[in-house]
Amino acid sequence: MASIHNAVLDLKKLDLLANGNSTIHRLDARAKVLVTLVFTLCVVSYNRYELTALFPFFIFPIVIISLAGLPPLFILKKIALLCPFVLAVGIFNPVFDRTILLQLGPLGISGGWISFASILARSALTVGAAFILVGVTGFTAVCQALERLGMPQVFAVQLLFLYRYIFVLTEESGRASRARELRSCGKKGLEMSSFASMTGHLLLRTWQRAERIHMAMLARGFTGEFHASRTSCFGAPEIRFILIWTALFIFLRFQNVSLLLGSCITRLIQ
Amino acid sequence: MSHHIVEVRNLRHVYSDGTVAIKDVSFIITHGESVGIIGANGAGKSTLLQHLNGSLEPTGGSIHIGHTPLSKGTLPDIRRTVGMVFQDPDDQLFMPTVFDDVAFGPLNLGFTPSDVEQRVTEVLELVGAGHLRDKPPYHLSGGEKRRVAIATVLSMSPDILVMDEPTNGIDPFARRQLIKLMKDFKHTRIVTSHDLDMVLELCGRVIVLHEGEVWADGTPLEIFGNSELLAQCRLEKPLSMQDCPICGAKRIPA
Amino acid sequence: MHMADALLSPAVGGIMWVASAGTIAYCSSKVRKEMDNSKIPLMGVLGAFIFAAQMINFSIPVTGSSGHLGGGLILTILLGPHAAFLSIASVLVVQALFFADGGLLALGCNIFNLGFFPAFIAFPLIYKKIICNQATPTRISTASIIAAIFGLQLGAFGVVLETVSSGVSSLPFSTFVAMMQPIHLAIGMVEGVVTASVVTFVYKARPEIMQSAMESRQIGNHPIKNVVIAFLVAALITGGFVSWFASKDPDGLEWAITKVTGQEELYGQGHGLHATLTALQKRIAFLPDYSFRKKDEARMEAPVAETVHTIQTAQTEQNTKSHDKKLGTSVAGVVGGLMTLGLTFLIGLILKRVNKTTAAKDAI
Repeated sequence: MASIHNAVLDLKKLDLLANGNSTIHRLDARAKVLVTLVFTLCVVSYNRYELTALFPFFIFPIVIISLAGLPPLFILKKIALLCPFVLAVGIFNPVFDRTILLQLGPLGISGGWISFASILARSALTVGAAFILVGVTGFTAVCQALERLGMPQVFAVQLLFLYRYIFVLTEESGRASRARELRSCGKKGLEMSSFASMTGHLLLRTWQRAERIHMAMLARGFTGEFHASRTSCFGAPEIRFILIWTALFIFLRFQNVSLLLGSCITRLIQ
Repeated sequence: MSHHIVEVRNLRHVYSDGTVAIKDVSFIITHGESVGIIGANGAGKSTLLQHLNGSLEPTGGSIHIGHTPLSKGTLPDIRRTVGMVFQDPDDQLFMPTVFDDVAFGPLNLGFTPSDVEQRVTEVLELVGAGHLRDKPPYHLSGGEKRRVAIATVLSMSPDILVMDEPTNGIDPFARRQLIKLMKDFKHTRIVTSHDLDMVLELCGRVIVLHEGEVWADGTPLEIFGNSELLAQCRLEKPLSMQDCPICGAKRIPA
Repeated sequence: MHMADALLSPAVGGIMWVASAGTIAYCSSKVRKEMDNSKIPLMGVLGAFIFAAQMINFSIPVTGSSGHLGGGLILTILLGPHAAFLSIASVLVVQALFFADGGLLALGCNIFNLGFFPAFIAFPLIYKKIICNQATPTRISTASIIAAIFGLQLGAFGVVLETVSSGVSSLPFSTFVAMMQPIHLAIGMVEGVVTASVVTFVYKARPEIMQSAMESRQIGNHPIKNVVIAFLVAALITGGFVSWFASKDPDGLEWAITKVTGQEELYGQGHGLHATLTALQKRIAFLPDYSFRKKDEARMEAPVAETVHTIQTAQTEQNTKSHDKKLGTSVAGVVGGLMTLGLTFLIGLILKRVNKTTAAKDAI
């Protein structure tokens, strides 16, 4: 429970970040969604042993964080909590793939370790990009952007409703859990029967709430259609943003900048 | 303006599980009246309110708004005429931002975007929530949520304002703001509440519901002066009409 | 078992994206056609309920650990497949954006694994068949448990297929399957019991809720068939499109070996860490699929032999020079990588400084 509670607090914090007013915040959400998608595709398109070519891609999250004034430590902390599944699967790479690919003096580094490191870098980049997208855009704007990019309206509305009521319902269930904890004298977890009735009650209350919300919607003339009230502002800054970043990603994808820089330096030293 | 009359004739409502929530209720509310509906928990107040804009269908009896009977065909018009503020503002504020929420009704009524913009701005200023415009509802305080919920209804320019427990769970300052706001609404007002002091201050007429029936209907002073009636209906005098809790001095009658 | 971007290839990720997007579009039009607009807030609020319910833990008997509700199956039972699929998908979108569960590309896989299987396979083919229009608590329990297990097994298998065909992880198919399926058998059982207990509670309290979900399923004659066909067509189109692109890229492994290696010793000959890992591998690969593994090795050996050959011929001529040069490239890669990382951070810092000063100037 504590973890989800914290997750909801984090969620609120991330949500508040989107209220910022930087150049990046002001861009149309569609531009940011598209650039993030191109970024993700470029990062995952490398083969599994590519590591150094991924490093230049950190330029995107770092530049956006700086320009948008996001708290870097908060984002870093969120990224550091890498998806456990990635770690669990990735850690097997060094086990199964022991071909030595890189010899650094006496130390032989196997393909497995390189690909594991590559997985970690990919994870940090892709997950980081998703966080940053929300942090500079806001969930609502992301949904609206996706809707304008062709996502069905029913699903967009679904996302908005879900997001709105996460806050209400997690608070409600948090209160119920706390009330239970206070009377459970230190016993952890719930017996299945009391779990079922507590969750069941929560579900029934949720259902009633949905009925009341529906009434409130009908009371204000809802007929099944959601009307867009916002005008779009896809102009020169958005096009520039998309062009510059996409060009950079494609350049980085086909030119290993790390290797270029490295060989320049080693040649200089020699 | 006779079309703002609310007429309830022999209303009866039985829920699907057999509970009789309203036995037999009749009353007429004329234009510009401010009516408080009071009663104990389970007396049928909320059920009654939900009939006024057609959220619930009567089991028996009828409801007229203006001189139009409430029916499937007249529902859209009646919902525009009767603005309903729900007990829990979280049920009413379901859109991503305050602006979107207040604009929801006008957009459904088919207003042009510029009209909607103007209407929303006016109404938010009216309830003193102009600065909350771009905020999502979950970042608002309880009092702010109430005021915005009222704005969502006022933006449709209703002729009759119906509110269910408007002062429930908000701090004294927010309550005071809310009462002032409601006083400014010049059309018909119908309020249910356990906040009897607010009813005393705001309403020119009080209807007492008890076990699904009207037990009394009169001016606040008449009703709140009748201790026997109040006791029977599990109610009591508003605090401002009770004796001084410290020195026990009798209240000076108004 | 959220799939993650880091383990995906663009081809697999893209195909699953198209499949999920297609199913979302299909379900959206279906829900819209039902014209029961009271379902719209219900779907959203029940999605939020899944988050809320996950805050309530219960103790799992015997093991002493605690678990919580997963959600796919219970949403399907309450909402019917189409609305439930949208609701599950929306929950996964929020998890991807806020809880670091996977990333954007992996969303397609996750929606498919955790949404499609419970809503369009486990529910109609198992739950519905067992209930057979006679919802009794025993039937609900049996149906929920079996459907939950089945749905999660399929989902877990989907994760395995997606991971293995992406080729970022080195886990052999058989080992991965042998790990994932039993774990998800246990998870499925817990999920089934929890779902059953909550569903039975709701059924006793408000039977009409379950009724409405049952009825909504009858709209449309072959919903599953339609979805499956749409999915197949979409997968074929994207698959063809992406593989046309992919074929222009040399095989990853070959490329890596010819480019990254700069030494004669290509096989890790049992020193310290490698020896331990070999032992570990032997222990873990309790179901070694030789054909799969061998194919992999064969693929690896071909370019390796070539490299070894070139290196040997090179050695006879200019032994040391060539060695130095190749070692040089790999060192250059490492040095360059660290340099770029440093540089990007530096750029970030500078930008931040500049940003602050301009902000300060603006303020003045």
